[in-house]
Amino acid sequence: MTDDADVVIVGGGPAGLAAAIELRRRGVARVVVLEREAEAGGIPRHTAHLGFGVRDLHRLLSGPAYAARYVQLARAAGVDVRTETSVTGWAGPRTLAITAPTGRGSLRGTAVLLATGCRERPRAARLVPGARPLGVFTTGALQQLVYLEKERVARRAVVVGAEHVSFSAVVTLAHVGATTAAIVTDEPRHQSYGALAWATAGWRRVPILTDTVVSSIVGRRRVERVELTNVASGATHAVDCDAVVFTGDWIPDHELARTGGLVIDATRGPRIDAALRTSARGIFAAGNLVHAAEAGDVAALSGRHAAAAVAAFLQRGAWPSTPPVPIVLRRPLRWISPGAIDGDMRPPRDQFVMRVGAWIDDARLEVRQGDRRLWQGRYRRLVPNRSIALDAAWTRDVERAGPEITVALDRD
Amino acid sequence: MIAASTADVEDAYDVAVVGAGVVGAAIARELARHCLRVLVLEAASDVGTGTSKANTAILHTGFDAKPGTLEAELVRRGHTLLATHAAEVGIPVERLGALLVAWNEDERAALPEIAARARQNGYTAVRDVDAGELYAREPALASGALAALEIPDESIVCPFTTPLAFATDAVVNGATLVLDAPLVGVARGAIATGRYGGGVAPQGSAESGDGDTSQGRAASSDGDAYALRTPRGEFRARWVVNAAGLGADDVDRLFGHARFTVAPRRGELIVFDKLARPLLHHIVLPVPTARTKGVLVSPTVLGNLVLGPTAEDVPDKHATESTRAGLDALMRHGRRLLPALADEEVTAVYVGLRAATEHGDYQIHVDPDQRYVCVAGIRSTGLTASMAIAERVRDGLRDAGLALEPRDDFRAVRMPNIGEASPRPHARADLIAADPDYGRIVCHCERVTRREIVDAARAAIPARSLDGLRRRTRATLGRCQGFYCAAAVTRLVAAASGRTVAELLGAQ
Repeated sequence: MTDDADVVIVGGGPAGLAAAIELRRRGVARVVVLEREAEAGGIPRHTAHLGFGVRDLHRLLSGPAYAARYVQLARAAGVDVRTETSVTGWAGPRTLAITAPTGRGSLRGTAVLLATGCRERPRAARLVPGARPLGVFTTGALQQLVYLEKERVARRAVVVGAEHVSFSAVVTLAHVGATTAAIVTDEPRHQSYGALAWATAGWRRVPILTDTVVSSIVGRRRVERVELTNVASGATHAVDCDAVVFTGDWIPDHELARTGGLVIDATRGPRIDAALRTSARGIFAAGNLVHAAEAGDVAALSGRHAAAAVAAFLQRGAWPSTPPVPIVLRRPLRWISPGAIDGDMRPPRDQFVMRVGAWIDDARLEVRQGDRRLWQGRYRRLVPNRSIALDAAWTRDVERAGPEITVALDRD
Repeated sequence: MIAASTADVEDAYDVAVVGAGVVGAAIARELARHCLRVLVLEAASDVGTGTSKANTAILHTGFDAKPGTLEAELVRRGHTLLATHAAEVGIPVERLGALLVAWNEDERAALPEIAARARQNGYTAVRDVDAGELYAREPALASGALAALEIPDESIVCPFTTPLAFATDAVVNGATLVLDAPLVGVARGAIATGRYGGGVAPQGSAESGDGDTSQGRAASSDGDAYALRTPRGEFRARWVVNAAGLGADDVDRLFGHARFTVAPRRGELIVFDKLARPLLHHIVLPVPTARTKGVLVSPTVLGNLVLGPTAEDVPDKHATESTRAGLDALMRHGRRLLPALADEEVTAVYVGLRAATEHGDYQIHVDPDQRYVCVAGIRSTGLTASMAIAERVRDGLRDAGLALEPRDDFRAVRMPNIGEASPRPHARADLIAADPDYGRIVCHCERVTRREIVDAARAAIPARSLDGLRRRTRATLGRCQGFYCAAAVTRLVAAASGRTVAELLGAQ
């Protein structure tokens, strides 16, 4: 059976498109991107603020302009971008089952790259109790309603979460004249940059309620108010609002990774090595599927990085015969991506990205393989829900046949 | 909406069914199979929105019912009727079988009694399962189970499609469905007339919710038709069937009775991600207590796992909020039962109120003199028993003197398939070839296509809200809860239904 394409890429966001463009640049003939939406470009299509393109395209763009730019570059590079094409599952090894307006089908790639991105955990997944009225959104849904549908969807909202995207939600709400009654986070402080928080919420005098959770949503047809509880004191109070926006708390869209039987790691996405190889031969993964969520340009660079390894695989057909050396994080560190090492290949941007589950000031981090210390370094502050970079220079000292690598806080 | 009937609207309806939950809808369907003018008054803005939509969605065999009760009889009969009917009209059903698991010696000791009760109920297929077989069949179950009973015919059924299928059958065959029409008063005699001759009455003003039932009066048993007062106008009917579920006691009082009080029992349910579905192959039941059947975990016909329900008496018939305590208790219970659930995402939380009464059994009363039938206290078994209850009501009406002539032109509907057991439109090359919009997936998590959404917005009983759309198509019901598709889905419904996006979102 001949393959339908050299590479089938699932997902036409920044990671998938950047990978496709790089594969074409490297001379790979048949590169197909399967995009389920009517327009490729991914999440940036409806992220209408500036801040995209700096690290990958070396220019400052809005989300929609960035998405459009990638689509244009992909088409110019000869990438076969198929929109309105949904992958509904696996039809065999490296073969995807597809539904499109043209019919049912399957597509087999010599290599497959999963770039399915990530989404925010919605209200139910966070087990927020109360009534179930209209007016409960994620930032993703809110942005699409506001920027794609131009709808005034709320007047006064409570934003749940205080990471970067939460402040973006404040701007989206303001775009349709809605005020943000409060930003609510169960953490002791917000987790974004001070300047970003000020530019969005601070000057608008939006209160940031820390150590606070939404303990109930109230409303018959539409949200009428939320009940907030301080997790430390147990004190509750009500805030009138007609919308609740659940922001951040990202989870990879890992359905295909799971149904394909790939090894899943602490990122909740497929475990990858620094070449972005998954546990299944010929299947790669990149972008926010493997680190939910980083900025669009970081996802794009992840895709570009994967293209190098995909191209090498197409040329030589080589695949590691033994599992890579896993990287294990000790609490309160939560996850690292890539989560494994094979040989001395460096991860995208020569760095790992991590998340941490608690605030730690003046943190000393240590990377060890068995009793060997590979790296040690200091961070002024580690913040939950914020990307933490770990320089990858130490990967050259990893022993391929050695024990697992651990990353831990050095408490001494 | 279908064309208005040619019948003289000055004429009273032969029968008015109050309530379009699964029981009321089944009764309306049964009556619509006869030469009768049937009216259905529903307090909410859609069919099947009360107890019918938020339950464990089990098609019970009745193995554990109290022998000799009406409930036992009608659940048993209803199981057979609905299993057959479901196959004919396309209601998703999967006969998975149940495993009733004993986790300690006391529970193990209770199993023979449960098996004996099943046999008393005429259900003989129950068999003992030892721990070895149990774990062979349910390897993800927590360790420590001692033994189980297998009830091979316990099935799962779609709680959304079932009432819709009944109501659609009724409406397509000439019954009039009036939504947002709680019954607020009853009087004897001709005052005004029902305004609609057939089909789904168009929505008037947006009033819905509770009527002030205290203004109603009991009607006397003879004389002219009843005048049924609702916020949507007055409707005349010779017979009234009370299938008002949680509101059945209020309606019963309008007819001068005080036979029971509906005491809502809240049940919270957690639906887990489809990726958790492979963890379980059967309905896994606990050993019941005197008070409740307990918390079960089961696959659903939409391809998820459901865990629940809790059981909590609440004073308010609208208390459908989930609670911190309830959700936490369920999550603890779920992890204890099926440890791998701890790693799976929650997709949705539902809360239903069972319409329990102080009586242990169904309250089905026919008052021939009053031309009034009461169907109440159906608790949590209405989905299973609905068609048998409808038969019982039909026979009661006939015995009471209502002429029932079967129609020879009854058209049975076929419902769009939203279950996982048979192919859905996105997977059907024939449908996509006929209309490429069956190949345009809009709701990605649940794989709902553009055409299905438009179909639902234009159905005989159309989706008039996002919630109504969810129950008809599954759109936005999945793991992202609209992160990807809420905007596109809302726009499609708006375009197909002539409403605005803001209206559908309840935005002002």
